[in-house]
Amino acid sequence: MEKKITVRVGLSTCGIAAGGNKTYEKFGEMIFERGLSVHLEKTGCIGLCYHEPMVDILTDDGSIYTYGAVTEDKVASLIDDHIIGGRVISDLLINEDKSKVTARQVRISLRNCGLIDPDSIEDYVNADGYKALQKILNDMTPDKVIDEITASGLRGRGGAGFPTGFKWRATRQSPGSIKYVVCNADEGDPGAFMDRSIVEGDPHSVVEGMLIAGYAIGAQEGHIYIRAEYPLAILRMQKALDDAKKHKFLGENILDSGFCFNLKIKKGAGAFVCGEETALIASLEGKRGMPLLKPPFPAQKGLWQKPTSINNVETFSIVPWIIREGAKKFASFGTAKSTGTKVFALAGKVNKGGLVEVPMGMSLRDIIFDIGGGIQGGKKFKGVQLGGPSGGCLPENLLDTPVDYDSLVQKGAMMGSGGMIVMDETTCMVDMARFFLNFTKDESCGKCIHCRLGTKRMLETLVLITEGKATAEDLALLEEIASNVKEGSLCGLGQTAPNPVLTTLRYFRHEYEEHIFDKKCRAKVCKSLLIFTINEKCIGCGACIKRCPVNAITGERRKLHVIDLEKCVKCGNCIEACKFDAILVE
Amino acid sequence: MSTICDCYDKNGFSYCTIDEVLQKYSYDGNSIIPILQEIQENLGYVPKDSIEYIGGKLSVPPARIYGVVTFYTQFRLKPRGKHSVMLCVGTACHVGGAEKISDCITEELSIEGGETTDDGLVTFEKVACIGCCSLAPVAIVDGETYAKLTPDKTRKIISKIKNSK
Repeated sequence: MEKKITVRVGLSTCGIAAGGNKTYEKFGEMIFERGLSVHLEKTGCIGLCYHEPMVDILTDDGSIYTYGAVTEDKVASLIDDHIIGGRVISDLLINEDKSKVTARQVRISLRNCGLIDPDSIEDYVNADGYKALQKILNDMTPDKVIDEITASGLRGRGGAGFPTGFKWRATRQSPGSIKYVVCNADEGDPGAFMDRSIVEGDPHSVVEGMLIAGYAIGAQEGHIYIRAEYPLAILRMQKALDDAKKHKFLGENILDSGFCFNLKIKKGAGAFVCGEETALIASLEGKRGMPLLKPPFPAQKGLWQKPTSINNVETFSIVPWIIREGAKKFASFGTAKSTGTKVFALAGKVNKGGLVEVPMGMSLRDIIFDIGGGIQGGKKFKGVQLGGPSGGCLPENLLDTPVDYDSLVQKGAMMGSGGMIVMDETTCMVDMARFFLNFTKDESCGKCIHCRLGTKRMLETLVLITEGKATAEDLALLEEIASNVKEGSLCGLGQTAPNPVLTTLRYFRHEYEEHIFDKKCRAKVCKSLLIFTINEKCIGCGACIKRCPVNAITGERRKLHVIDLEKCVKCGNCIEACKFDAILVE
Repeated sequence: MSTICDCYDKNGFSYCTIDEVLQKYSYDGNSIIPILQEIQENLGYVPKDSIEYIGGKLSVPPARIYGVVTFYTQFRLKPRGKHSVMLCVGTACHVGGAEKISDCITEELSIEGGETTDDGLVTFEKVACIGCCSLAPVAIVDGETYAKLTPDKTRKIISKIKNSK
């Protein structure tokens, strides 16, 4: 019985949300109670969010048993049956599914996520961490580092896909002795959580990436701009910075090389537009986060007017791997123009939602159906939204599109930060466009008129359509404003805000037309177009009457009930209340 | 920090707390955002009446501070309710039916997103993506995450808060 066993509990935000903390505590209590010599540790997100809370049991023969849905109440049986009794609990074991989902993934950015304890610098170092830093300090000139990154073909993972090596070179070549490195961890795309998972699961990889960037461009100071909505990520990053400093990976005279570099965390205060470089800089300087005209680019005049290189979390986390393994190896993954891998946050109506990292160029179909396990409840796939509010929605006949920067732009979508929201037949495309416009309207900083007013007008038009009050002219107006907003906005937010509308118009125009001309919403989402009635399945139980907030339902007991359409507010409470499928929605 | 001192003003917040934060940041006008974040952390909000005071101490026009406070969604000019209901309205939650949940909360509490009940009991906020997309629709109620919400589940959660008075 005295075998060395390690229990690893996934404690990323998603794991904690599913109850991971309670599971972790319970393990701690029971291991103590039973007097077991079991090593308990926490780890980040392995990406299989639908199985959370997840627990790995590692035995000394090197086997890993991964269990899913280990809520607090299941801990006892895991300890008694598996750890003490040596019997695997096959009901909860997810090894097979895990290998199926991860088989086609290549984990570069997520190489340590879900495997190491994010709070342990020793774990990171044991996983070859900070080796890339040592390598550059010992054997590489800054120019050689930039050459290597350029040769790898790495492009910014934050959305626009600008070549990282080029950005670093430009910053290096800008005159001046004070330069800055900034990490953009202001992941504002609603539906994307890759950056959060990386910072929560492997913060040191980002720190090391920033150190390498600092060395390459000649900066002594860096800032990490993290969303305040990610408290756990901030906590773990702060711990990583403190530990790195203690181990002389950060601070003055790093590893006795003479290279000095300091890092600070700045908490974002909640503004989507701050994902834009110049707006982010304004925010770092304590101003309203409003974008500026480029040029000058941040590489020329950035933070405090000094040359600044801003890169995304995922980009930084990849950098140490490239330095360690070589540009050639990185470029061997992906396509010619989009090298390497990309992390996607797969969510929506997909069976196996979570984080996946795949080589660029994999088809949408492979990601959604092969890795993601297809659509929930066996429903029909309708579309997939890529790149969040700035991206576009692609239909079924484009499922074979390879996922790389250029192919997506060509189809009207974009890589964005990597959010991938899958939609089925119960999603209304007009409503989706309205949802995104509502978001961008709220987040528009107000500097450019086209964006400020255009997004509002577009939203109003979309609302009219979803209410069945629009005409054919409104559709034309929508298209006109969309192209104007694209043309007339300074920054990426405005330039891309119309994308969800334009792509849904391009690929799902029939749904718009149905709303306008037939006053119908095929997905049964747009309330104003729905009519609630009660059919003959009704047994007259009165359950719906009790639940109706506006007393719109009448009827005697054991007799067919009726909904007063004048009073009905279409809240759907009656559908929930009815156990006999008697409420009909059309 | 929140002890009631002499300066405890009729508006219900302490200038001492604000002074402490300002001092910590050496009255640096470039650190407006972290200063305001810390004031909010201590007081629960950024009192509107304090803006002029902060501006004076930092030698920054109050308009600029007000501009920053109103630009970023994080800052609040009013105190929060005793309980907080944070509903995620990110893309995945929207696709998963967050709007229904929102309607349900509004129905139960008679307030819209961003508002606090008149008795100061509950603040209802809508936030864009808390990053638990596979658990959609999600709400965080008093720090506890509730996953895969249905209107029924939501009603139970809300009535639990209401009864906890």
